[in-house]
Amino acid sequence: MLQPPADRTYAPPPAVAGPDLDPMRTVPFRVAGLHVDNEDTFTLELTPPAGHELAPFKPGQFNMLYVFGVGEVPISISGDPDRPGVLVHTTREVGAVTQAMRGLRIGDAIGVRGPFGSSWPVEAAEGRDVVLIAGGIGLPPLRPALYHVLARRERYGRVMLLYGARTPEDMMFPDELAKWRAMFDLEVHVTVDRATGNWRGNVGVVTPMVKRAPIDPRRTVAMICGPEIMIRFACQELARRGVSPQDTYVSLERNMKCAVGLCGHCQVGGHLVCRDGPVFSYDQVERLLDQGEV
Amino acid sequence: MAVRRLEAAALDALFGALRRRGYTLVGPTLHDGAIVYDELDGADQLPIGWTEVQDAGHYRVVPRDDDARFGYTVGPYAWKRYLHPPALRLWRAERDAEGGFALLDEAHVVPRYAFVGVRPCDVAAIAIQDRVFMGGDHVDADYQARRAAAFIVAVNCTEPGGTCFCASMDTGPKARAGYDLLLTEIVEPSRNGQRAEPVYLLEVGSERGEELLSELGGRPARDDEVAEGERRLAEAAGKMGRTLDTQGLADALRRSLDNSRWDEPAARCLACGNCTLACPTCFCNTVEDTTDLTGAFAERTRRWDSCFTHDLSYIHGGPVRVSLKSRYRQWATHKLGTWMEQFGTSGCVGCGRCITWCPAAIDLTEEVTAIAASAQARATRRQARGAPSPESGKGVGDAAAAR
Repeated sequence: MLQPPADRTYAPPPAVAGPDLDPMRTVPFRVAGLHVDNEDTFTLELTPPAGHELAPFKPGQFNMLYVFGVGEVPISISGDPDRPGVLVHTTREVGAVTQAMRGLRIGDAIGVRGPFGSSWPVEAAEGRDVVLIAGGIGLPPLRPALYHVLARRERYGRVMLLYGARTPEDMMFPDELAKWRAMFDLEVHVTVDRATGNWRGNVGVVTPMVKRAPIDPRRTVAMICGPEIMIRFACQELARRGVSPQDTYVSLERNMKCAVGLCGHCQVGGHLVCRDGPVFSYDQVERLLDQGEV
Repeated sequence: MAVRRLEAAALDALFGALRRRGYTLVGPTLHDGAIVYDELDGADQLPIGWTEVQDAGHYRVVPRDDDARFGYTVGPYAWKRYLHPPALRLWRAERDAEGGFALLDEAHVVPRYAFVGVRPCDVAAIAIQDRVFMGGDHVDADYQARRAAAFIVAVNCTEPGGTCFCASMDTGPKARAGYDLLLTEIVEPSRNGQRAEPVYLLEVGSERGEELLSELGGRPARDDEVAEGERRLAEAAGKMGRTLDTQGLADALRRSLDNSRWDEPAARCLACGNCTLACPTCFCNTVEDTTDLTGAFAERTRRWDSCFTHDLSYIHGGPVRVSLKSRYRQWATHKLGTWMEQFGTSGCVGCGRCITWCPAAIDLTEEVTAIAASAQARATRRQARGAPSPESGKGVGDAAAAR
């Protein structure tokens, strides 16, 4: 690169050690399991390459998943934080990268960077009632929190899951939902925007469920994930019922390229979602979400 | 370290001394009617005897009647081009026969630059990008390597330009820190058709800088010479083409997201992104993943991005910031407000590039001043009515809930 000039009288400072450009280097994991959840969603089970130890993650954190030559996207981890050795991601086919991801087969490589970001306050919520509120594809990012809580059930008060999907066919994890509904110490309420087939349950959006849910506002820690509009209305309803915005947590989705606070894409006001989020307490972002286009 | 006084010829000695130490020299030079930064072979490639006239949406180089080497301020380029290049390959990967791939282990070598002619605003801008790229939990390794290698020769500004407001942003016209060597150019008026030659006051900012001194000649500056430099810089602070009252500005912007005054710049803005490209602190970048024609090799390239594009905020379903108003507001409120929350410093150094290079002549100082004034008027009205300020927190949410 630099041609040493002929009349050099000083040795230049030592060449700068070649930086490996971490943390932008991706690690090729392998697809160990592939499960189609419904029409446009799927779950991948990934295992790390030999010699690479899988970093532990906290419920609510995400990874950057890379499909060779196609691109990289942030996807929340949907698996059990207590289950070592395998990384589980559930996502919806919405763009070029997730489409290519859907086309992967068992044994194919997929790049992984992470885990990144803040997490659901599962430890701070001990001794309190936990209300999980999910809309559509917002259930997978909340599932690790539910796994965590159910594995330590005695540490929490009432635990409740409120879940809304477009149609019964769009419900994520129907088998698990059935199992969760059968548990005596977990209350599950589901609703669909549009009933199809022989649906006998609630019809409507999530907000009315929040209005009716038997919650004790002073004991409640709420964790909410779903479309931003649903997050706002659920938060407003919780606030109206007296749940403090400091006890209401939301997970935000923004465009991300680096996931480490260096690219500027995921700004929401003074927050970088990759660094300060994706999980925020509602009082941190209320003003910004209400404003829109921030 | 005492101030030294150098003759103009000392610049040649400086170039030689830096070159001998293996640095690639980069400095201002006249190119296509603008003063830009480029690799220089010698001090004779500086824009000797040139200055420029700058105003909103206006830039012209014009000749001076003396031989000043640094008789201008800043042009369309910023030093970030060399520390955070517009395009940089981050890695390459090769596919294997079993559906896998591996990242290639390639040596990453960074250039060793000596920047000659870094203005105080730009010295401050580099310090801001240092915080962005190296101040957090994750460090941009390429930036860090380039930054550690770079030698900075700063030059104070005795003649601010038409869009300059560094005095308002407290970054100039005299550099305080962040340089290896610091020059103040002193040029007397030309007389009798004889073009005046500049002399320099030299201050040292680092051991690396001090180590060069013996090769630059000159002599210790007399007290009156030092005082003359100080006088010119103090005078320059009062000659800024623009001013900006930053008192309470970040807070006013934070409270003004819903201000209809944003409609005015939005109506003129072309979303061209010139301001973000010319800005010495704007750092937003994207990555591009591509393959070669065989599909066997893939690579990732980092590129400059701009908050004026729809792509920057795109998530499935569409961009978050759809309207131009929201994108202009994002840029201005980030630069002068939320940057503080993110990186503990303002994102603006008062260099004026965004004003000069805006094809619609939008003046950031004018726009945010109007927003702040409007926010102040709103607060006063609210106080007169005895209504709670939105700072009490619940105002917006309650209003929405009441709907």
